[in-house]
Amino acid sequence: MSTPRTIIEKLWDSHVVAEREGAPSLIYIDLHLVHEVTSPQAFAGLRARGLKVRRPQNTFATTDHSTPTTPRALPIVDPIAKAQVEQLETNCKEFGIPYFGFQNPKQGIVHVIGPENGLTQPGMTVVCGDSHTATHGAFGALAFGIGTSEVEMVLATQCLLQRKSRTYEVRVDGTLKPGVTAKDIILALIARIGVGGGTGCVFEYRGSAISALTMEERMTVCNMSIEGGARAGLIAPDDATYQFLAGKAFVPKGAGWDAAVARWKTLPTDDGATYDHTISIDANTLEPMITFGTNPGMGIPVSGVVPDPASISDPLERDSLTKALKYMDLQPGKPLAGQPINVVFVGSCTNSRMSDLRAAAGVLKGRKVNPKVRMMVVPGSMEIKRQAEAEGLDKVFREAGADWREAGCSMCIAMNGDQLQPGEYSVSTSNRNFEGRQGKGGRTFLASPLTAAASAVTGVVTDIRALKS
Amino acid sequence: MAKFTTLTSRMMPMAVDNIDTDQIIPARFLKTISKEGLDKQLFNDWRYDAEGKPKADFILNAPEWQGVAILLAGDNFGCGSSREHAPWALTQWGFRAIISTSFADIFKSNALKNGLVPVVVSREVHAKLFALVEKDPQAQVTIELASQTLSLPDGTKVEFPVDGFSKHCLLEGVDELGYILHQMAAIEAYEAKKDVELNTLQPS
Repeated sequence: MSTPRTIIEKLWDSHVVAEREGAPSLIYIDLHLVHEVTSPQAFAGLRARGLKVRRPQNTFATTDHSTPTTPRALPIVDPIAKAQVEQLETNCKEFGIPYFGFQNPKQGIVHVIGPENGLTQPGMTVVCGDSHTATHGAFGALAFGIGTSEVEMVLATQCLLQRKSRTYEVRVDGTLKPGVTAKDIILALIARIGVGGGTGCVFEYRGSAISALTMEERMTVCNMSIEGGARAGLIAPDDATYQFLAGKAFVPKGAGWDAAVARWKTLPTDDGATYDHTISIDANTLEPMITFGTNPGMGIPVSGVVPDPASISDPLERDSLTKALKYMDLQPGKPLAGQPINVVFVGSCTNSRMSDLRAAAGVLKGRKVNPKVRMMVVPGSMEIKRQAEAEGLDKVFREAGADWREAGCSMCIAMNGDQLQPGEYSVSTSNRNFEGRQGKGGRTFLASPLTAAASAVTGVVTDIRALKS
Repeated sequence: MAKFTTLTSRMMPMAVDNIDTDQIIPARFLKTISKEGLDKQLFNDWRYDAEGKPKADFILNAPEWQGVAILLAGDNFGCGSSREHAPWALTQWGFRAIISTSFADIFKSNALKNGLVPVVVSREVHAKLFALVEKDPQAQVTIELASQTLSLPDGTKVEFPVDGFSKHCLLEGVDELGYILHQMAAIEAYEAKKDVELNTLQPS
């Protein structure tokens, strides 16, 4: 009888190419996703060394970060962004990499289109020059963000030098109450462990509340693993995973599919396997969450009050909270609900899929966005955009007074012109509330699509459960 | 990669926890397709006012702190995105080492590939270093990579962790990609063995 292993260890073991004394393990990468921002210097490196892309068939590119979300018939106005998008296209052509470009009907946020097309599959190692690569862990893949030097290494060799991470079990049992979503699970976890809590670890999310999540909800949870400090976070594949993937463009068909599912079924953690760390969260007691500060760990239930720096003993931690509250211009001890806002952003690789858009539209149907609020809804992919329009969600958003855009990262990272103005407050469904993240001087409250849409209606931070019909 | 052996420098104090990569270099400066000139945007939004003028009260702008090669920062330095532009900007400005109680994983990995040494110290040593800089901004410390020691002006030597491989790469200026390219036989053998599994991406 072999030693019971976690899915994390199984994925690691099956991807070790070579091990040498005194060096990290050489790990094989099954899927390499590429976007315009973190790849140009890597391709330049390949050219300088005269190297090719080792496996273009396991590499896939799209443009999302610098990409405008204005109608696609319009040119890219920003010359620097345009040059970057065009450089990716040039690089993909030169090195033979499949590419869903700016005008391609399948373009979208890299972490949305991977699963959407079945590129992301259980048992894979997936990397991308983007820290939200953990999203793909929802399929039982070991997926993590890498730097540009590593992008170059994977392009050239399909391998990376890596050290084994510690395993961290995140157990979530129970049933979510109405108004509480997958986003609230992950915000609650990060509020508990802090933004460095998972450093050096890979999370495995499990338990009855995780099993009950749809694939889209699982992606939301895994997506923000990095905000808890973990490079990767994953969920073992199950029937929901196979149902989601069946028939997708890039998954095997027929006998190949059956063989793949048989392999994937061996992935879940063995009974009796142990983890280096464990945390347990009771889904029954979770509330809708929102952040108040300048990192994703600064989160509270939406019904809660802004913490007081005076209650913190560690001087550096206390100063950091004071600095955050100064930037956010919030008073300690005051409730966050009722705080006036200027902008609502529904989108990003965290919450831009069909279920997110349906949730936001469900709140907005028959209501209006508060006249003081600018609301922007950005679908995660052009495919999602079409599907949402087929369901009439675009009409709901437009009739409510929200702006319905083309696919891209948009105001999550504010590289493409979609941004907050200095001093503005936003409720955003994205993943980061760092200073200036959504535009210089902008202030971000991270929350679920339900909380975002409810706040858009009232013009203040709002508990969805208190929204009057 | 630039070699790193020994570094003696003053320490620029930045007493903020969780300094994220959006502070180190904001995303709007990542539209470049080159690695060059990023030092100008290092800590951009803390460094310049609304008109783009340097803020006199931000330490990076202070004349007396120019040329310093060690940054002394709060806990969990470099959290956030995977942008390697962060270590590029830091090294182009002149930093060769950062001292903190901990570093975010991806930042640490990126830093080590760019000759920027993350020096992890205990909370006690960390507090002592901040106290030292406050008392004497001219105080210099020495980082010696071979012995993995940080030497303080009072003669105290503190050991810091560096994995053996990264240390070797830094000391010798070894390029990781070159190292992997030497293992092509192992990569080919792995691919041959897992042929079916590696070919599950089948467009239809």
